[in-house]
This record gives sequence, C-alpha cells and structure tokens, in this order.
Amino acid sequence: MSMAQALLEALESLSGNKLRSGLTVLGIVIGVAAVIAMLAVGNGAQASITGSISSIGTNLLFVFSGAPSNDGPPGSGGRSGNNDRPLTLSDSNALMDQFAAPSVELVAPAIQGNAQLTFTSEKTNTSISGVTPEYYTVRNLEMAEGEFINQEQILGRMSVVVLGPETAEALFGHADGVVGEVIRIEGQPFRVIGVLVARGGGAFGSEDNAAYIPFTTAQARLIKRSTRDEVDVIFVQATTAESVPQAVEEISSIIRQRHRTPIGFDDFSVFTQQDFLSIFESITGVLTIFLGGIAGISLLVGGIGIMNIMLVSVTERTKEIGLRKALGARKRDILLQFLTESSLLSLIGGIIGTLFGWIIARIVEQVATATGNTFIPIVGMDAIILSTSFSAIIGLFFGIYPASRAANLEPVEALRYE
Amino acid sequence: MDWVIEARDLKKTYIMGEIEVNALRGVSFTVKRGEVVSIMGPSGSGKSTMMNTLGCLDRPSSGDYILDGESVAQMDDDQLASVRNRKIGFVFQSFNLLSRLTALGNVELPLRYAGLTEGRRQRAQQALEAVGLKDRMGHRPYELSGGQQQRVAVARALVNNPAIIMADEPTGNLDSKVGKEIMTLLLNLNKDLGTTLVIVTHDPRIAEQTQRVIHLRDGELDRIEENTGAAQ
Repeated sequence: MSMAQALLEALESLSGNKLRSGLTVLGIVIGVAAVIAMLAVGNGAQASITGSISSIGTNLLFVFSGAPSNDGPPGSGGRSGNNDRPLTLSDSNALMDQFAAPSVELVAPAIQGNAQLTFTSEKTNTSISGVTPEYYTVRNLEMAEGEFINQEQILGRMSVVVLGPETAEALFGHADGVVGEVIRIEGQPFRVIGVLVARGGGAFGSEDNAAYIPFTTAQARLIKRSTRDEVDVIFVQATTAESVPQAVEEISSIIRQRHRTPIGFDDFSVFTQQDFLSIFESITGVLTIFLGGIAGISLLVGGIGIMNIMLVSVTERTKEIGLRKALGARKRDILLQFLTESSLLSLIGGIIGTLFGWIIARIVEQVATATGNTFIPIVGMDAIILSTSFSAIIGLFFGIYPASRAANLEPVEALRYE
Repeated sequence: MDWVIEARDLKKTYIMGEIEVNALRGVSFTVKRGEVVSIMGPSGSGKSTMMNTLGCLDRPSSGDYILDGESVAQMDDDQLASVRNRKIGFVFQSFNLLSRLTALGNVELPLRYAGLTEGRRQRAQQALEAVGLKDRMGHRPYELSGGQQQRVAVARALVNNPAIIMADEPTGNLDSKVGKEIMTLLLNLNKDLGTTLVIVTHDPRIAEQTQRVIHLRDGELDRIEENTGAAQ
C-alpha cells in the first residue's frame, strides 16, 4: 500500500472514533502547547534581560568590593572575607590617573542605601544613591526637568535631590513641575532639583524608582559606612567599547597595587556588561531548559496516552487485523497502518498544540503588558519545529509497540477473536 | 490432470499446554480446477484446521500442499499473505466486513493489498455488479441486510480473480431462504467464471449441492462422497 493510501485509511479509522481520537490528541496538544509556551517565556525572559543589560551601555564597567567568584553575582565572591579592604573614594580617584589608566574615560563612585522619602503626608521607600556629577554621563541619564547634581553641590554637601520619575509620581502624584519642592529624606529636608526621564525596568531594579543625592551629602548624613570614604560601587566608563578589556586590566592593576593584594587574591571585582550578560544568559538558559523539560514531561505523558489508546485499538480491532491478513495484508502493511495512525494522532496534536502554545504566549504578553512590564515571549521557529517533530517522533515511538503487536498477530487466532 | 489443490499427507499438531493435539493426522486429496467440493465433519474432526491450511492462513506441521502449482507448505508469512491475496477468496460465516467502509470500499480492500493503484474502483464495481448489488455500492455494512452483506463478502472474494474461493459456513448466519440465494450465487459464479469452490459446512443440504463431499473424522480422511446429482 502506498503512503497516501495509508494516510487516507488512518484518517478514516481515526475519524471513526472521534471522541477517543480527540482525547488522545488532547494529551499531545497540552504537551506541545506547554513546551512552546514555556520555551517562549524562557526566551522572552532572556531577551528582556539581555536587552536591559545591553541598554546600560557597552563601555560601562562596575567595580565592586569583594573577590570575584567564578560565576556568581557581584558581592557573593567565594574568598571575600573580613580581610577584604573596601573600595574607597581614593581608589576611585586613583582610577582617574590618565597615565596609569589611559582607557578610562570617566569614573563615578557611588554609595547606595534605602531610605524613606516624605512629602507632606505621602511616603515612599526607595533606593537612594550618593553620586557625583560624572554619574549622569556614565549611566546615560536624561533629565525630564531641572538639572543633575553639580560639583558645587558636592563640595557644599548640599541637601538637594534628583528623583526618578516613579518616585516623583509616588510623592507628588505627578512627575512634572516638582523642581523646587522640598521633600524629607529620613526626616531631613532636601530640595528637588531635577527629575529623570523614565527608562523602564533595568537590570538592577527600576532606575525610575530611585533618588540621587550628592555623594558627600550621603556620606556625611544618610548612608553610614564603617570605613570613612568607603564606596559601594565604582562605575567606570571606558573610552571605547573596544578598550573595555584593557580598562579591566588597568583598573585591576591600580587597585591591586593600592590594596597590596597578590595576583589571584583580589579583594575586589570588575564586571563588564559582557560579564553580566553571560551570567544572566546562563541563568535564563537554565530556566528555559528547566521549563522546557517540565513541559516535555507532559509531552511524554501524552505519548504514553497514544500508546495506551493504540494498544486498546489493536485489541479491539484484532478481528479486523485478522481479516486484513486473510485478504493479503503483509506484516509491514499492518505495521504501516498502525504507525500511520499513531503518528497522525500526534502530528495533529503537535500542530494544534503549537497554535495553542502561541496563543498562551500571546496571553502572557498581554498580562505582562497590562501589569506594566514589557515582556514579550518569543515563539521561535526552532521551538515550533522542535516540538512538532518531537511529537511526531513520540507518536512513532509509542506506536511501534502496539503496531508490531498488531503486525505479529497470527491470522488464524485474530480471525477467531470475538 | 489440472489440480488446483493437492494435499499430500497433511499433518497438524498443536501444543496446548502440555498436551499435543493432533488436529490433522495425514490427510491427502486433490481438487480439480473448476470443481465444487465441500468439507464436512463433526466438530473436532479437524475441519477448521483443514480450512485454515487450505486457505494458507496456517502452515501444516508436515506434509505438502500445492495450491495452483505453488508449494505453500514452507512459505514464510509474507509469501503466504501474497498467496492469499492472489489465489484465495474468503467468504466467512459472519461476513467480516469493515463497518467503516462502504460496500465498494470493502470490495476494494484486497486490491489495495495487491498494490493496485489504478482501476480498483472499476473492478470492485464489476464484482459488486456480478453479485447483484449494483445499486448498493455506497452503503455501509450496517445499512445492508445479512444476505446483502454476504453478497458484498462474495464480491470481495471474487475481485482478485482467485484460483479458489474458500467459504466457511457461508450460509450459517442466514435464514434458509437467503442461504439458498447465496448458495445459488456461489454455484452460478462457479459455472460462469470457473472459480474452484471449497465449502466447509456441517449442513448436509449445502453439501449435497456440491460435486464431491470430503468427510473428515478425528483428523483423518473418512471418505469422499461423489454427488452425481449435483449441479454441474
């Protein structure tokens, strides 16, 4: 029998018991839809995270205190201990040495903490950063209104604050026309001198929900650190994206010298955008595999459902198989017949499941958008091809046993079966 | 002589648990081309085993069976399937039609397994016309009466122009009037097309319409009875 005929017969036979075929297909539909949706969510998360990391700029470097670990996030360094010397303002200043660090364009030290902001009766908790004017350039900030912190305010330890748009919204109910207002940070009055342009979620929490005050003011009055001059992170802008690796070397050698640490025992870490990218890519990669794996299990269960129903079908149709054999069907004809049926079941399931998975991905997107996140699940062609062919293979694989059982029936026995 | 069936010392032994059952203990006979014979015997006489062996559904344990010039006793499963497809048409007591398929579809089935891609429909239509079901081709088995179903089965048996038609109690599920019609149909087909007809039955009224009756008893050939009065 030709393939086309086998396909036609399989269709005839499957449509003969629509409810059963439908339920069997449903198992595969759910499995494939789950795989497609999960992979889409995983890929979407990856794209969203790498996108936001990329947006922080390709020539940006981060210097943290604490030894670098192999693959952990900053600050969780394996060898970091009490002997680590913290980064200080002098470290930061040393990096600006044009001769020792020619690849360094700008340096912006920062200390960070959390604080309560109040304006009349409105309260909000937000992250607060003590920064220098360089921070504005290094982090590519934009002002919606007013101005950023300047050198004069640093020197004068002035009580001024630049608000992220969300913070301004939380305090004033609107983000415009707030320059000149006086808010309180931990009870101390600060004059608002500017509001930043909204950026959307960043890799390190929303930068829109933040407040920036002069470094010196923070150091002196808001964020207490055990060592004087201690900074939490130094943001460094390399001259170009190509000079980033060189900048890493220069920064490392300067701080090593200042901290007197031998090579291999650094008590600080330098991260580049690429480091963050690879960390998050490996995290989301594992996440995607994990989600896909769980979804894959449901596909497997669907496959077992096919095998089960095919076995029932073979038993039910024993007499039919006997008759077909009496009429001249060879083993391979019967084998082909049942394999075609099971593959067709799972292929149909695969196609419908792909459609459903795509719909689920779109629903996730809608929900994310409705709750204010820009998160777009990505249904890749590779996921579609993978899960459709995987489901067809599952149909084939789980069809082999029932089909060979059918093919190996003795015609005499099969005909006698009632 | 032009033998279409040559059975030589056919033996068949089944092993059921620990007991050996000798269903056939060495049976030999021949059937001429175009002949109508019946096989009779009480239950347990080896009648079914003989039918399965002659129909190439099963192999004999020993002995030789030459069907239309081909020795089939030593053939493998696929070769037997091919022989069944080309040389044998089956008519069963319970019709054995596929309920999913129309009358036409059922008759086409052997042609599908013959690997025929063209002219299947036409040949199936001719076969259905030959059994008088010209205007029932699109009906499914459950829309047909028992007699009509058996006619479809006969058409299916004919469609490949087989050397023999094996009929196993072809009238067993039909009332006597319809049974008579089916017998007449089979005998007419034998007359018109010259197809050899082997009928397995326990009904003496059927057997007496055949030219020779092969009586089996306890797995052995009891006697062969010549019906001089049978229609020929």
